[in-house]
Amino acid sequence: MSASLWGRFTTRATTGLRPSASRFPDLSTPVEARPEARPRMFSATGIAGLALLSFLAALAVLGPILVPWTAADRDFEAFLQPPSANHPFGTTASGGDLLVLTLLGLRKSLLIGFVVAVAATTVAALVGAFAGYFLGWVDRTLMWVTDLLLVLPAFLVVAVVSSGHDDWIALVVLLTAFMWMVTAKAVRGVTIVMRDREYVKAARFMGVPSHRIVLRHVVPNLASLLVADATVNVSAAILAETSLSYFGFGVAPPDVSLGSLIADGAPTALYAPWTFWWAAGLLIALIVAVNLVGDDLRDRFDPALRACA
Amino acid sequence: MGIMVRLVNYTALIVVASSLAWLLAAVTLDPRANYAGRTPAPPVAVVDAALSEVNLNDHDPLLDRYLTWISGVARGDFGRTWDGLSVGADLADRAGVTLRLVTAGLLVGALLGLTVGTLAAVHHRRWFDRLSGGVVFLLLAVPAVVLANVLIIGAIRFNDATGTRFLMVSGEGDGGPLDRLRHLVLPALTLALPLAAVFSRYQRNAMLDVLDADYVRTARAKGLPRRTVVVRHALRTALIPTTTYLTFTFGALLVGSTVTETVFGRPGLGQRLITAIQTSDVNTVAGITAVAAAALLLSAVAADVLQRVLNPGRAR
Repeated sequence: MSASLWGRFTTRATTGLRPSASRFPDLSTPVEARPEARPRMFSATGIAGLALLSFLAALAVLGPILVPWTAADRDFEAFLQPPSANHPFGTTASGGDLLVLTLLGLRKSLLIGFVVAVAATTVAALVGAFAGYFLGWVDRTLMWVTDLLLVLPAFLVVAVVSSGHDDWIALVVLLTAFMWMVTAKAVRGVTIVMRDREYVKAARFMGVPSHRIVLRHVVPNLASLLVADATVNVSAAILAETSLSYFGFGVAPPDVSLGSLIADGAPTALYAPWTFWWAAGLLIALIVAVNLVGDDLRDRFDPALRACA
Repeated sequence: MGIMVRLVNYTALIVVASSLAWLLAAVTLDPRANYAGRTPAPPVAVVDAALSEVNLNDHDPLLDRYLTWISGVARGDFGRTWDGLSVGADLADRAGVTLRLVTAGLLVGALLGLTVGTLAAVHHRRWFDRLSGGVVFLLLAVPAVVLANVLIIGAIRFNDATGTRFLMVSGEGDGGPLDRLRHLVLPALTLALPLAAVFSRYQRNAMLDVLDADYVRTARAKGLPRRTVVVRHALRTALIPTTTYLTFTFGALLVGSTVTETVFGRPGLGQRLITAIQTSDVNTVAGITAVAAAALLLSAVAADVLQRVLNPGRAR
């Protein structure tokens, strides 16, 4: 804090005293270079992932509307029945339609994954950028909190706290609270380098308030890192939600998620495979899709990051 | 940063982390519920006395309970469970079970991952690289709960098909080493397969970096056989970052095996965590947090030390 204020003050003072001291180097016009070919947005695997993800998202949004059954319906003529025309995914032991349950579970898992990822990445960007820009005690405090949250067993805390709440929003908040730390550390590292970039210095010399520099100049320039990281966090959040729901600490009934469906289906998986494999398969497909997109984004953005970090 | 400063800082982190876990659990969990389902319902005064006895009574002031707990911890006493057992002794018993599982899982995972990663790097962009890359990608997308259940289903099918009962899917086993091994195979695999996937990615990248290095080319140019160069020159260097990562993982796994232990019914720390939350055992929750934090930080220190020993040139 004090260092950055000092830096700002002294530099301002010297530039004020000698306004014409900086000299531009002679620039000879180079032979017009051909502009580099714009890199393609996605590789083939990335496009495959994106397609699979859109398909699953469409399924999750539209599916439950199109299926004639609802989550609360019970078919008293079909308990634990294999897939049929009436129930394309089969039924549960209590006569619930697995197709609509699985699609609703997919919807909830997707929703939780995306909301948590966006929220966690936002927190990470703010904490990391403020810590890296201000340094000093702001940095020390924020990084201590980051370390503390890294040390706390996330599963334990989320399970303890969410066992008292049945609301899935509470679950989102809890998952977010334990998912931003690693990204925040990366953001901090990049921000420390970015502090000395010309455009940040320029903003500082123009007297732009520090918090505004962080929000307007530092964070937007981290967009590529943040987008890639948010995608990785989507699959991490879905996986975390799955294990929590599996043990009954996550999504509470009547809500269903893929995790709770897998937990319900696992005991009957041997003699009624349809209770387990639809949910498990969709979950794996979902994570494969997200990871394909995430890996692609990271491959594209990582070299740039490595060069500047 | 000096190692002493770091240890003090880490100790503070452990104390704060377990205190936070204790407070969170004390505020959220409800040990009284353990008595709620009994018939005839015990008188409130009796329940109060029983809960006060083990420092779990929510009618006592929170601060008093916290001070009782933390002063106990300072003396090495982690308090009692709601039914009066010593948390310290219980966790010590279970630590062994978890330690065996984690060690086995980590060893298998590391060996598998390092082998696959090294081979993939050596055969860069050939069929083995592509195949293992695909398998690794798929493994990373399978959640532990799905993997554990799929392994259980597979084992039961295997036992049925061969008419044997070699692979056991539940419990820890107590009938000698072979019985323990039969119970250990599946849970260890559940831990090992995702780890192997992660390790092989690490190892492959580390190997690719090293195989391009000048000293490896020099070793080849002076006429050493390819195998010798890969094993003696490249692999040894590439193992450094992966070993560090492996050491760090060890600490994270001590509680990270929760899913595995619970699905396979192994009485370890992770399984205790689930039952502790279900029976509102505030002291056990805090105790496990302390163990987990200590394990994580110790393995971070160990990873650091190992890094310096393996690679003196980089020590700063």
